[in-house]
Amino acid sequence: MAARAIRTAFSQINSVPKSHGQGVLPFLQERFLESQSCPSNTRQYSSAPAVFKTPFMPKGSASIQKVTMIPGDGIGPEISQAVKDIFEAAGAPIIWEDVDVTPIKGPDGNFHLPQAIFDSMAETKMGLKGPLATPIGKGHKSLNLALRKAFSLYANVRPCKSIEGYKTPYDEVDLVTIRENTEGEYSGIEHTIVDGVVQSIKLITETASRRVAEYAFKFARDNNRSTVTAVHKANIMRMSDGLFLKCCREVASKNKDIKFTEHYLDTVCLNMVQDPTQFDVLVMPNLYGDILSDLCAGLIGGLGVTPSGNIGEDGAIFESVHGTAPDIAGQDKANPTALLLSAVMMLRHMQLGEYGDRIEKAALDTIREGEVLTGDLGGEATCSAFTKEICRRIQS
Amino acid sequence: MASTLRSSRLLLQKVGLLSSTTKPLSTKRGAGEPLGKVAKEVAEDVTKQLKNRFAKKAYFPYPGDPKLFVVAQHNVHTGAASHSPVQIAEPVSHPEGRNKVTLVPGDGVGPEIMLSVRDVFSAAGVPVDFEEVFISEVQPAQSVSVDTVVDSFKRNGVGLKGIITTPSSFKGGVLQTLNMKIRRELDLFANVVWIQSLPGFHARHNNLDFVIIREQTEGEYSALEHESVTGVIECLKIVTRANSMRIAKFAFDYAMRHDRKKVTAVHKANIMKLGDGLFLQCCEEVSKMFPDIQYESMIIDNCCMQLVSNPHQFDVMVMPNLYGNIIDNLAAGLVGGAGVVPGESYSQDVAIFEQGARHSFAEAVGKNIANPTATLLSACNMLKHIHLEFHSMLIWDAVHRVIKAGKVRTKDMGGHDTTSDFTHAVINNLKH
Repeated sequence: MAARAIRTAFSQINSVPKSHGQGVLPFLQERFLESQSCPSNTRQYSSAPAVFKTPFMPKGSASIQKVTMIPGDGIGPEISQAVKDIFEAAGAPIIWEDVDVTPIKGPDGNFHLPQAIFDSMAETKMGLKGPLATPIGKGHKSLNLALRKAFSLYANVRPCKSIEGYKTPYDEVDLVTIRENTEGEYSGIEHTIVDGVVQSIKLITETASRRVAEYAFKFARDNNRSTVTAVHKANIMRMSDGLFLKCCREVASKNKDIKFTEHYLDTVCLNMVQDPTQFDVLVMPNLYGDILSDLCAGLIGGLGVTPSGNIGEDGAIFESVHGTAPDIAGQDKANPTALLLSAVMMLRHMQLGEYGDRIEKAALDTIREGEVLTGDLGGEATCSAFTKEICRRIQS
Repeated sequence: MASTLRSSRLLLQKVGLLSSTTKPLSTKRGAGEPLGKVAKEVAEDVTKQLKNRFAKKAYFPYPGDPKLFVVAQHNVHTGAASHSPVQIAEPVSHPEGRNKVTLVPGDGVGPEIMLSVRDVFSAAGVPVDFEEVFISEVQPAQSVSVDTVVDSFKRNGVGLKGIITTPSSFKGGVLQTLNMKIRRELDLFANVVWIQSLPGFHARHNNLDFVIIREQTEGEYSALEHESVTGVIECLKIVTRANSMRIAKFAFDYAMRHDRKKVTAVHKANIMKLGDGLFLQCCEEVSKMFPDIQYESMIIDNCCMQLVSNPHQFDVMVMPNLYGNIIDNLAAGLVGGAGVVPGESYSQDVAIFEQGARHSFAEAVGKNIANPTATLLSACNMLKHIHLEFHSMLIWDAVHRVIKAGKVRTKDMGGHDTTSDFTHAVINNLKH
């Protein structure tokens, strides 16, 4: 269904003349379209299927790129504004296109993602997303899940790095969890066989397992990391996790430059809380990834400082994984660190690493110095003061 | 009761009348009275009793170190406790015969550690005979059948077990692992791991004290898997109302019996709405029967995050099978690793004592570096279970004293001593 939606979106884009683009910042837009019209950057959407096969990686170019911004709910608008301000201060060659993803009721009575997000993502292939609140009640699927499905976001990447100046019992944590994001325990196939007996089906496929394993090795190589560890429970789930493990082993044998190890989930948990420094890149199926990525976030101080990226076949969405914090929304108290670090990840993914490094350094310096901090980091500053401080450091 | 025992014991240690290994005393005094007053009274009591005993020329095994027990006499036939304290110089329930216990050494360092347990037991004069059966999935040639092991456990009702390794390579055939078979045959539905920080050993989090209760017969460990089409595998997770109710009831009963205040159900019902939903619903139902105990639920990923950032909030936790495996190991990591945390599994009529975090530590085989603490403490729990409290306390105390002194430590605790060094240190610290 999602694939069909995207296809429609693409065909619409193709039919609309490019100069009719949504005019935010007309001047930049023009320059952007110019760069788009260069033969090397042109994408023929009508012959789309061939393009979709490989994960999308933009070519390194200094030209201005457009990114879809989903500000989100609650504190979302504040922190995404902070990110925009900081990007402007750093002079990052990014123009933002704000899109609202509030579900709209379709003719069949179900709620769908609005067409605008498909249109925008089809063009930009790159998204930054604030926290989203899923409306409570029947008929609403989780928006995160909907986005994940719509753009085949198959790998969730979460780097966990200790932040100097934000004290936790664990220092020098520096690892990355890569989680298969489309199947496993989250397949949502469950039934009551007889009253009081429920079976939930965990689905593992070779395609998805190999895809995420390949991405893990690619990520390790791109980010100069030495080891990939497969986390599994193949001693218990001998066939399903066994298949995942088999795929990882096969991919590992083709990537001899990266060291490959495999551990049981319980062993990883045990070792993680004793000495997290022994891990580098971890790759695992869905549920284990969910648990371990949150565990690792706990090691470095919680979701408020943990960036996250979702890599897909039809683009990538980077996001902050914390909640919408409705209690402090609109009060200028939120901490934009997680979204900012996610945006930094995005820059690196777009081969704009030098901007990313500058922004990250400024943000981490600000936290280390500890003079201007938001409430959750133990300071008293507002979100805008924190943002200004980061901008000042970037420009000085 | 246990806390009274402990506090009065500490009290007597404080006033210098008791060495810390002496068997716990029970007194009639409540906790409400001022400490100094109680201490003084107890001290007087003890002195008086000492004088009495000397007057009667009562027998002391070691004249220099008289062992004194003030025990509320308990009539075994009527069950009524008479409140006049009696004095004895040996365990009140001196065992008439010897107890038989099944011993499964397990894989990896299991046999080495069991040797250490045997040494400590014989040094402490524990009236226990082991019925040893070796079963292993990685060494099938030397292994007895599952039936033999199950029979032995059923006959003795109590067992001490090492860790049975499951090979991670699967070449077709039976999906059930040996562990699953034993657990299923014996219906060992509840696994209890009491996470307790060891005094004197500093981990990243200290003063932890909480209990993890894990359902261990169904869930992800059902061994139902099939390949629907090539490259697509379905793995079934089974949750039943009967088993969920049983474990929830067990958890609340445990909380009740051990003076705990709160039970936390750990789940992933936001994703597995039916499966984990059923488990959660059962916990909620049972919680209504225990209005004195606070009940809350937590999603597994958040729970892991809370455990590493703020573990002191937990009291008793109850969860399905796989999450139990994760949390057991995670929590064991918080207090010092797989080598120091004991665990126990219960069925209707069998109790098996083993490590809390199940790792066979196969890479250390024959190197004499494994830490026997977890298994020694499980053995203590086992002795307590078969009412050999004196010996249980004796060994428990010796192990804790060795750890607290910090002079003899195995590699996993940051030392360089061998398993046998540690065992000897424990034996030397047994205060007879």
